[in-house]
Amino acid sequence: MTAPTVRAAAPRGRRPAPPPKPPAAQRWRRRGPLLPALLLTIVLTQIPMLLTVFYSLFSQNLLRPGSREFVGLANYADVLGDRLFRNAVFNTVVLTASTVLLSMALGIGLAILLDKKFLGRSIVRTLLITPFLVMPAAAALLWKTSIFNPVFGLLNWVLSPFGVDNVDWVSRFPMASIILVLVWQWTPFMMLIVLAGLQSQSPEVLEAATVDGAGPWSTFGYITLPHLRQFIELGILLGSIFIVQTFDAIFMITQGGPGQATTNLPYFIYQESFRAFDVGEAAAAGVLVVVATIIIATFALRVISNLFREEV
Amino acid sequence: MSPTTTTAPEAAVPERGQADVRTVPHRRRRRFRPRHPGVAFAAWAAAAVFFSPVLWMFLTGFKQESQASTDPPTFFFVPTLDQYRAILGRDFTPYFLNSVSASVFSTILVIILATPAAYALSIAKIPRWRDSLFFFISTRMMPAVAIILPLYIIAKNVGVLDNVTMLALVYTVMNLPIAVWMIRSFLVEVPKEVLEAARIDGATFGVEIRRVILPMIAPGLAATALICFIFAWNEFFFAVSLTATQAATVPVFLVGFITSEGLFWARLSAASTMAALPVIIAGWVAQKWLVRGLSLGAVK
Repeated sequence: MTAPTVRAAAPRGRRPAPPPKPPAAQRWRRRGPLLPALLLTIVLTQIPMLLTVFYSLFSQNLLRPGSREFVGLANYADVLGDRLFRNAVFNTVVLTASTVLLSMALGIGLAILLDKKFLGRSIVRTLLITPFLVMPAAAALLWKTSIFNPVFGLLNWVLSPFGVDNVDWVSRFPMASIILVLVWQWTPFMMLIVLAGLQSQSPEVLEAATVDGAGPWSTFGYITLPHLRQFIELGILLGSIFIVQTFDAIFMITQGGPGQATTNLPYFIYQESFRAFDVGEAAAAGVLVVVATIIIATFALRVISNLFREEV
Repeated sequence: MSPTTTTAPEAAVPERGQADVRTVPHRRRRRFRPRHPGVAFAAWAAAAVFFSPVLWMFLTGFKQESQASTDPPTFFFVPTLDQYRAILGRDFTPYFLNSVSASVFSTILVIILATPAAYALSIAKIPRWRDSLFFFISTRMMPAVAIILPLYIIAKNVGVLDNVTMLALVYTVMNLPIAVWMIRSFLVEVPKEVLEAARIDGATFGVEIRRVILPMIAPGLAATALICFIFAWNEFFFAVSLTATQAATVPVFLVGFITSEGLFWARLSAASTMAALPVIIAGWVAQKWLVRGLSLGAVK
């Protein structure tokens, strides 16, 4: 119904570039299909976000009803001055950076293997993506109990030929343990993205390189890596955005401890919100996290929109 | 396929001769050339390492508790279904049903909302469609912790705290960006000529959607649904913050095992296997499209 009218209207304009605006009712009819999704998203994400900003300007504790009081930016000052908050920021950076870099390195290695032909490749691929699919909360508990346990854990058993005995991984190396679980979980993600990059290389270019006498290493360095760059960037940025939000593994394995050794920002805010019910500080910390995320996300969106432009 | 391919490593020349005699299609025989024994070994070893925790979970679920925590670990045992019986006898079922309702309902809603939205942003190309697309994606990148408190307070005031429908709505919004981007990437692939031909043949808007577009993107919709299901099923943060006793999902059930450390490993493994299995199966089925969903449609 809409299409013919638009087409009929088009020739009337002098230049074809800016088509004359269709009447408002019609514009709304075209936009109609988008609106339900858009409205629901705004209601459940943007309004709560505005409320978070609003809460962050008040001192309020849910355990003391009616205690709301405007305090301006005091919550931000409190949060930024809070040793525990800065500790959580530090932990988040360590956790995210190590997990992203290690899983990307492993992911690239595995993707290169999977890009070759060998017997049972599709089975290997299926097995390798499974860690990403296992419910993270379940995986975290299993690592904590049957793998990291000092007496009965698989890890100590596997390492026992190397003289490792009865190491209590979670309490002695809490951060490394969490990182190990997350690397196990996120390597498949990186692998899949890099593999998609490898398989999108044109075989002609690779063949031409071989014909011109390039060895496998120089082909990889001069042709494959530059081609992979945007895929690696995409993996690192998307991975960072998701891994910054890590919550399940910390909740299940260490509860942020021992002490505050593995408390990252999401777990810190969760504790402020649901254990201390300190709305103001939790909200201020939330706003700060969003600001940090926006900075990473800007880069991520730029990479995505580059990939996106090539395709449209 | 496998009986012929396993003989392939012997030698290239006689193999080609045999292929003619046995009238095996030439092309098919050449597909497998095991030039990379080292690669195969490394890849299989990596797969074994990465998969072993999952396999261990699966095996432990069929042990007695006394066999689940032993030093050295028990590898050979008589499998038992006791743990599964115990889990199902305990109140696991309501959690499982809550998970099913929340993820299935949200997945259906996501597809219903995202398909028209993706249509408006690709084929219909409404003004500023690019901005809308990037708005959706930016909501997926926003940390959930930043909005959990207002959501909790609103839900409490409206009286929908600990409510499966509320949880499903949250999951819908969480998955909408992925679904819109993914479905859009499938709609972009519908050839313009086909749509034009349908219009010339006098297809109305409704017919165009039902008879032309939907059949062409049906596999894409199925893949999108599976991926949304995966994310909703595995979600823990919103579940643990917004539910208590009525609407708690499977991951919340597992929280009960945190304190019983070292005592119920076999039972925990059985529960985890049941918790993880639906998504493992969904993921294996959808693995061809997994990367498209994970990269929000940016990578094919």
